[in-house]
Amino acid sequence: MDMQDNSANIIEIRGLTFFRGDRLIFDDIDMDIRRGQITAIMGPSGTGKTTLMRLITGQIKPDAGTIMVDGENISTLQRNDLYRVRRKMGMLFQSGALFTDRTVYENVAFPLREHTNFTETMIRDLVLMKLESVGLRGARDLLPSELSGGMTRRAALARTIALDPGMVLYDEPFAGQDPIGMGVLLELIKLLNSALGLTSVVVSHDIHETASIADQLYVLSQGKVIGTGAPSQLMDSDNKMVAQFMKGEPDGPVPFHYPAHDYFDDLLGGGEM
Amino acid sequence: MITRLRIIGKSGLDWLSVCGRSGVFIAHSLCGVPNVRKGLPLLLKQLYAVGVLSLPIIIVSGLFIGMVMSLQGYSILVDYGSEQAVGQMVSLSLVRELGPVVTALLFAGRAGSSLTAEIGLMKATEQITSLEMLGVDPLRYVMAPRLLAGFIALPLLTLIFNVVGIWGGALVAVDWLGVYDGSFWANMQAATDFRTDVVNGMVKSIAFAFVVTWIAVFQGHDLTPTSEGIGRATTKTVVYSSLAVLGLDFVLTAVMFGDF
Repeated sequence: MDMQDNSANIIEIRGLTFFRGDRLIFDDIDMDIRRGQITAIMGPSGTGKTTLMRLITGQIKPDAGTIMVDGENISTLQRNDLYRVRRKMGMLFQSGALFTDRTVYENVAFPLREHTNFTETMIRDLVLMKLESVGLRGARDLLPSELSGGMTRRAALARTIALDPGMVLYDEPFAGQDPIGMGVLLELIKLLNSALGLTSVVVSHDIHETASIADQLYVLSQGKVIGTGAPSQLMDSDNKMVAQFMKGEPDGPVPFHYPAHDYFDDLLGGGEM
Repeated sequence: MITRLRIIGKSGLDWLSVCGRSGVFIAHSLCGVPNVRKGLPLLLKQLYAVGVLSLPIIIVSGLFIGMVMSLQGYSILVDYGSEQAVGQMVSLSLVRELGPVVTALLFAGRAGSSLTAEIGLMKATEQITSLEMLGVDPLRYVMAPRLLAGFIALPLLTLIFNVVGIWGGALVAVDWLGVYDGSFWANMQAATDFRTDVVNGMVKSIAFAFVVTWIAVFQGHDLTPTSEGIGRATTKTVVYSSLAVLGLDFVLTAVMFGDF
């Protein structure tokens, strides 16, 4: 049975706790992602932003708490139900993750061939439409190894939206992009969100770019949500940690140094490792 | 002392959990109704990769092993005037032992390692995860065709190895060393029984196919997706498969030919 929940939040996270080994990654966090909006999840490297994506998509299971995606608790779903729910969401990987043995055209056609019984003509039309929307119709016969970094990500985006998912998760979409590539991707995320009526979740640490398109921001640090709200609200936040992150200051509540013994003692400690 | 015990206990537990994971892995990959229309092209592609591309090494090795055995056998048997028995010696040792075992070892080195490395690299480049996110189960899409291709290809390769080996043996014994070809082939046919020798050899080969392919594909699926992780898993595939084949061969031989 396909339960459709039309409430305002497409994702509701309550009391999420997650450990990797002995390390606490998330400590009892709550989060709401509103339908139809662009929500950005930001935070310093190593705060588990990508881990959060993997939790939302059910690739890993939380140690405590619930993650409701479109009214279904993702961490208790059976294998087959999980795959059914995943068809409603798309995820754009940092590396693009295109299938290296297929052309761009075949990559975009792949989800259509797997999940629909469309004829070749229909698939061709759909693939060309998706490729046109990311500007790569002319690159359809190229192999992933022949694409630049930005083109790879756009081709992957075309594949992600091939089945018209209700929600797209972007994992660090701007990492390693030149200014033009970054501008193109920003424009695409915004355009797709409004034109296709998507919900977009962008995980990133490129503050200004992400803040320019996001409706809502979450700032994560040390396993907690330290700030949430519209970008303009967070820019003027009183919270020192949020302010440090939004303004990109090198030192502050989020320390520059990885926790260590006293520097002086360490230097005088001789050969002790 | 306590620390040592703990280390032993932990490695025992780790080993058990790997066994459990690999069991669940193969059950998920192979259980369920296959989709012939979508699955067949994938299976054919893998059969080409692990089967057809392994043919050169299997044929060349089979030829040389048959030739060497014939040469060695002749030099011993000729002292007793029974060089006609070379045929039966070559065929029995190939069909019962060398065929299944050597083919499985070569297969582990040639096809097993490449399966592990290929799946590992797909994992490292997030292709496996992206399949999951596209709602396609990688166990059914990536792993199952590779497992089935291995199960099918290795017994067939073993048959080819045996035939080429026997031909190589005949080449040396009959054409080069001058053994009378009538008695060479007649002795071979009289001594080789279809049920005890050929069928048992093929049963061994089917068992090896299962073990080697399972190890190779599971190692690829379970590895840490880094350069070292892929290197380590590829080595493990070859080492574990070889040991498993040799150990299993002893057990199967004892059951099939042991007289107790």
